[in-house]
Amino acid sequence: MDHLSELENKTIFLVREAYARFRNIALLWSIGKDSTTLLWIARKAFFGKIPFPIIHIDTSFKFPEIYAFRKKYVKIWGLDLIVCKNLPALKAKVSPEQTKYTCCNSLKTEALKIGLKKYGFKALLLAIRRDEHGIRAKERYFSPRNAHFKWNYQNQPAEIWDFYQSRAAQGEHLRIHPMLHWSELDVWRYIQREKIPAVKLYFSAGGKRYRSIGCAPCCKPINSDADTIGKIIHELKTTKEAERSGRAQDKEDIYNMQRLRSLGYM
Amino acid sequence: MLKKTKKIVIAGHVDHGKSTLIGRLLLDTNSLPAARLSEIEKIARESGKDLELAFLVDQLKEERRRKMTIDTTQTNFKWKEKNYTLIDAPGHKELIKNMLTGASMAESAILIIDAQQGLKEQTRRHAYLIKMLGIKQLIVVLNKMDLLDYRFKDFKKLNARLLSFLKALGIRPYCVIPLSAKEGENIVSLSKRMPWYRGEFLLQALDNMQPAQKEGKKPLRFCVQDTYQSGKEKIILGKVLSGSIKKNQRAVVMPSFKKIKIKAIRVYKEKRARAAAGESIGLIIRPALHIRRGGIISHPASPLMPRHKFNSRIFWLSAKPLRTQRHAFLRILAQEACCSVEKITQRINSTTLAMLAKESKELRLNEVAQVSWETKQPLLMENFSFIEELGRFVVESKNSLLGIGIITE
Repeated sequence: MDHLSELENKTIFLVREAYARFRNIALLWSIGKDSTTLLWIARKAFFGKIPFPIIHIDTSFKFPEIYAFRKKYVKIWGLDLIVCKNLPALKAKVSPEQTKYTCCNSLKTEALKIGLKKYGFKALLLAIRRDEHGIRAKERYFSPRNAHFKWNYQNQPAEIWDFYQSRAAQGEHLRIHPMLHWSELDVWRYIQREKIPAVKLYFSAGGKRYRSIGCAPCCKPINSDADTIGKIIHELKTTKEAERSGRAQDKEDIYNMQRLRSLGYM
Repeated sequence: MLKKTKKIVIAGHVDHGKSTLIGRLLLDTNSLPAARLSEIEKIARESGKDLELAFLVDQLKEERRRKMTIDTTQTNFKWKEKNYTLIDAPGHKELIKNMLTGASMAESAILIIDAQQGLKEQTRRHAYLIKMLGIKQLIVVLNKMDLLDYRFKDFKKLNARLLSFLKALGIRPYCVIPLSAKEGENIVSLSKRMPWYRGEFLLQALDNMQPAQKEGKKPLRFCVQDTYQSGKEKIILGKVLSGSIKKNQRAVVMPSFKKIKIKAIRVYKEKRARAAAGESIGLIIRPALHIRRGGIISHPASPLMPRHKFNSRIFWLSAKPLRTQRHAFLRILAQEACCSVEKITQRINSTTLAMLAKESKELRLNEVAQVSWETKQPLLMENFSFIEELGRFVVESKNSLLGIGIITE
C-alpha cells in the first residue's frame, strides 16, 4: 500500500470507529482544505452519504469565497449542514477589533458550545493535524473535553495501539482527530490524487495566495505564484515558512494557541 | 509511488536528552520553519541562556518551565528523500502511560542514554517495554559525549554494560552510537572529535536500518467494526487484519460460527475482486446477516476459534494491584469483556528484571508477569507473535488504563 492510501485507510478506520462508538456525532467543516479532505474521506467511508451532520462555525467574518463554496457543495454532496453562530456575541459587536483571543474564543469556541448544547453531540470529528502547530502535535486521536470544553492537556488519557477512549462521561464530549497523522504536503498530494475541490483563495492570484484560510480580517496571504495544485506541492517542498504564519490568532502571544485550545478551541 | 514514513520513538530516562536529540535532528536536516527557530532563539536571548533545542518539541508552557516533556508529541523530517516521524516520549516515571502512547505507534526505536549517567531506571524500563511492544529495530545512542570529552575509554566501558543488559532482555540493537545531541556530533556526519568511532552516524543508521521482514502468509482475519445500511444494502464495515479476502469466497463468522459468502467487496464506489491486509473496506454478504462489532471473518479452512482461557504477559500501570480471583475489564480489538484472573506467575521487576515471585496473588505498579485469564464470554484472539493486532489488549477501568497485555498462548 502506498503512503497516501495508508493515511486514507487509517482515517477511514477512525471515522467509522467514531460513528460506531458514538452514533450521535458531527463533523466540523471550516471549509478549508483539511476539513474538506476529511469530509471527502467521510463520504468515502460511508459510500457517498455521510450519516451524520456537518457543522460550520460561522463567525460571519469568513471570506465570501468560503460561503460560496459552502453553498455549492452542501448541495452537490447532499450534506446535512448545521450552521453554528454566537448570535448574542455578534449582536454585542464582538469582532477581531478586540483581541484575537477574545474574538476566536467567543465567535468560534462559544458558538460551538451553543450548537453542542442544542444538539447534544457526544463526539466531534475535526481535521486538525500534528504538523500544523506544536500544541496540536500534543493531541490524541480521541480527546475528551469536559462540560466546560476544557482540555486537560496535562493529563490526557493513554492511547495505546488502536485502543481509543470509547466512552464519554456525562456532559463530556470527545474531539476525534482522524487526520492527526497527515502533513500539509500529504493533504495537497491527496487533494491532487482524488481531485477534491478547494476554495479559490488557496491558488495564486496577482502574485499572492492563502496558505491557511479562516476569517478574512485575520488571514494574510503569502507571496506565491502557485496557481495550480502541482505548483503548491512544489512550493511546499522547499518553503521555510510555517503553514499558519498568516494566521493572526497564533501570533498574539507564543502561548495564545495553548490558551485558546485549553478552553476548547479547535 | 510515495514511500512510507518511518516512525521512530525516542525512549530513555528523564533528562538524558530525548527532546534535545529531536530538536537537533530537525535543525540539522533543515526541517524547521523559520518561525519555530526564531521562537527558541528569542527565548534564549531573553533568558540569557543557551539555545534550548528541546523547546522545539516541548511546546507546552508547563513543559518549558519545568524543562521536562509531559506528553508525547510527533514531528516529521526528511533526509535523503526519505520521510521520518519522530515520536518524543516522556522519560519521567509518572508518565509511563504517555510514553506507551507514543511508543505503541512506532515501528522502530532510539534508546538514548546519558553517557555520564549510564543505565537508569527508565532506560531499563523503556528497553523492556520496547521489547514487549514488539518493536524489533533499535538503535542505542550514548548521548552527552561532550561531557566526557569524547573519550573512547568511557564509551567502551558503558557499551559493554549496555550490551550485556540488552542481551539479558533478548534485544540485539542495530548499532550503538556515541554522540552529542547538544553539539551535533555523529548526527549528520561522522564526528571528527571521536575519530575512534568507525560505525554509522545517526541519520545513516536510521536510513540503513531495514524493517523486519514479514514472515510467510497469514490466514484471513477480517475484524468487524460496524454494520451500515446504505440504501437497500447492508454493508459490513471493517478492516482486513491479515491475509486477503476475495469476492465470492466462502467464509465463517466468529464467535457465532455462521457460514457466509462474500458477495461483494466495496471501497467507496469501487467494486473490488480482492482486498488485502491494512485495508478498511465494506463487505456485502449472503445471507445478509447482522454481524456484531468485534466479530472476525475468516476462511472456513482456517477459522479463528473462540477461546475461554488464555495466557498473557502483562505490564501493570496502576497503583491498585491486579489480584487473582478478581475480575478485570479487557479490550481486545473491538471486543470488550470481563475476565477473571486465574493465576499470576513469574512476577518480575521491570527495571532490574529480578524475579519477585514465581507465583503470586497480585501484580503491582510497574511490574510484569505472566497472567492466565478465564472468560465466560468467548473471545477471539491470536498470539501476539503471530498476528499483533489480534494479540494485544488493554486492561481498563472507567476510561483509565490499568495495564497492557500481549497474548502468549
